[in-house]
Amino acid sequence: MDLFEYQGKQYFSRFGIPVSPGGVADTVDEAVATAEKVGYPVVVKAQVQVGGRGKAGGIKLADSADEVRTHAGNILGMDIRGHVVKRLWIEHASDIAKEYYASFTLDRAAKLHLGMVSAKGGVDIEQVAEEDPGAIARLHIDPTQGLDEAAARGLVEEANLDPEAADGAVDILVKLYRCFVEGDADLVEINPLILTPDGRVHALDAKVTLDDNAAFRHPEWDEFRGLEVLDPREALARQKGLQYVGLDGFVGIIANGAGLAMSTCDVVEQVGGKPANFLDIGGGASAEVMANALEVINTDEKVKAIFINIFGGITRGEEVANGIVAALGRVEIRSPIVIRLDGTNADEGRKILAEHESDRLMSLPTMIDAARRATELAGGKTR
Amino acid sequence: MSVFVDENTKVIVQGLTGGQGRFHGLRNRDYGTKIVAGVTPGKGGQDVDGIPVYDSVADAVAATGADASFISVPPKGAPAAILEAAAAGISFVVCITEGIPAQDEARVYNELRRQYPETRLLGPNCPGIISPGKCNIGITSGDIAMPGGPVGIVSRSGTLTYQALYDLTQKGVGQTTCVGIGGDPVPGTNFIDCLAAFESDPETKAVILIGEIGGSEEEKAADFIAKEMSKPVVAYIAGVTAPPGRKMGHAGAIISGSKGTAKAKMEALEGAGARVALNPTQAAEMMVEVVAGL
Repeated sequence: MDLFEYQGKQYFSRFGIPVSPGGVADTVDEAVATAEKVGYPVVVKAQVQVGGRGKAGGIKLADSADEVRTHAGNILGMDIRGHVVKRLWIEHASDIAKEYYASFTLDRAAKLHLGMVSAKGGVDIEQVAEEDPGAIARLHIDPTQGLDEAAARGLVEEANLDPEAADGAVDILVKLYRCFVEGDADLVEINPLILTPDGRVHALDAKVTLDDNAAFRHPEWDEFRGLEVLDPREALARQKGLQYVGLDGFVGIIANGAGLAMSTCDVVEQVGGKPANFLDIGGGASAEVMANALEVINTDEKVKAIFINIFGGITRGEEVANGIVAALGRVEIRSPIVIRLDGTNADEGRKILAEHESDRLMSLPTMIDAARRATELAGGKTR
Repeated sequence: MSVFVDENTKVIVQGLTGGQGRFHGLRNRDYGTKIVAGVTPGKGGQDVDGIPVYDSVADAVAATGADASFISVPPKGAPAAILEAAAAGISFVVCITEGIPAQDEARVYNELRRQYPETRLLGPNCPGIISPGKCNIGITSGDIAMPGGPVGIVSRSGTLTYQALYDLTQKGVGQTTCVGIGGDPVPGTNFIDCLAAFESDPETKAVILIGEIGGSEEEKAADFIAKEMSKPVVAYIAGVTAPPGRKMGHAGAIISGSKGTAKAKMEALEGAGARVALNPTQAAEMMVEVVAGL
């Protein structure tokens, strides 16, 4: 789960990482009230989970209530690269002497934690990595050993942060690492980490991605959840416990297993179609799970045909077929359905499906043929 | 020959008394796998369909001489279960548990590397390993595999692995071993471990590698194939149409920035001399050609 900036800052605060005082606002009036509380000058910041907010006009400085009113009015409802701004974060503006960068993440290749610090903050770090890789100090950390103050200091020195920032930066790095590990994050990033003219160091931005697998030990994450901006199809899928990712196409996809679901999307595209979604119903294919999946796909008005791609392993072909038939009895489906059933007892399964075949429901033995038929039924051109 | 396991592998099931553990453990035994014991703390002295249950892995190992473990316990308990198996001297641990926090996985991986370098972990979040006709640990359906080789399979995905196994079997091409390394960010066993094992296994003559988006393991595998492998490799990568920044089911299947795309992986594998298929069925067809030309 990706946190919004303000949530990330709230999360940082739990671990003692200094952030600017501020508050959230969903309306212009709330924005003014928050600004009055925080004290001018303030920064009005769009809360969207996409980069480039500043360039898009989603971050503005305000010296008075009138200015807050103007900026908040402009920014609320603004579309920033497909993300509509519904919430603002109003914080006291900081004087900035220097902008740095700091982050911790898992280096999957090395299978170790990776800490990165740079004196070149406030800009796209991937660009820095490309143009001036030497400007980023990196440290691999063994998760069984952790990061101590000495190691954090070494990282700060290697990154050539200004000497007056060193103590503050070291303190923040140690806390940020704790936030990363104990806070079960996949990524914690501060860009920029700033040095103020009076020598204080603090986080001016916060990017935090939490590991959904660790939710069981973080009941406090619930408060972040209600505010996620989900595609309505994804919200319904989550409610039904399905692994769903919305895409832009017109062929609805249901498959068992993440790999097969991805592969199904690929094959649809290969034959000239466009997948409308990724949907993994997991190992089995019970009537209930299948009905839930069909219900989710059914809400997607762009879907013109559905491709169900199931490989029967331990769940045998006839069980899968019976599950599909039962699910069809429960849900009224708008679009024609093409099924490809393969694996253990696939023939028996196909026999069961054959009894129910019509121009709305058909079964084809191979992935490619089924993808082609589904694409044609959806009105797409196949190749 | 097979890799990592064979007909003599003695397996305990951690979590045998649970629903999943019992279901798959008994299926594995029915396949012919030597399932010698179960482990569930507090349930020592009981049995599951005649398989004795012990309180700890150490007790089970002492009583049975087991050398492999099949872990089917929930995410909360799985990290401790893996380390317990390693501490008891188990050399091959298969963990099918899905949903272990990444921080725990990274910690366990490095703990194993430091403390128990003799223990190989397969998974977590993997379908397991099957050496057709000899040993099946995990959730793969034994019916779809065919003994006798000459193909080895290594895969990050469950159902795609089954698809490859099934397609080969349907076409009369057997397998030496099929290893599912799982779709998590920190797998205990990676592509290279498996490719190296297949390269040195005399009965394996060719390898199918099934990858997916996310991470850089396929690129590293490509490098290994180019430099170290004499046996032909057919590869398939899922997720060409996956959008960046979205997790496609597996925790590890996510394109971040410009890294981890299917296209980059396919190009790397092709550059390494592997034949790259556009779908799993085509991979099996290519392998049939490869085997015919051996």
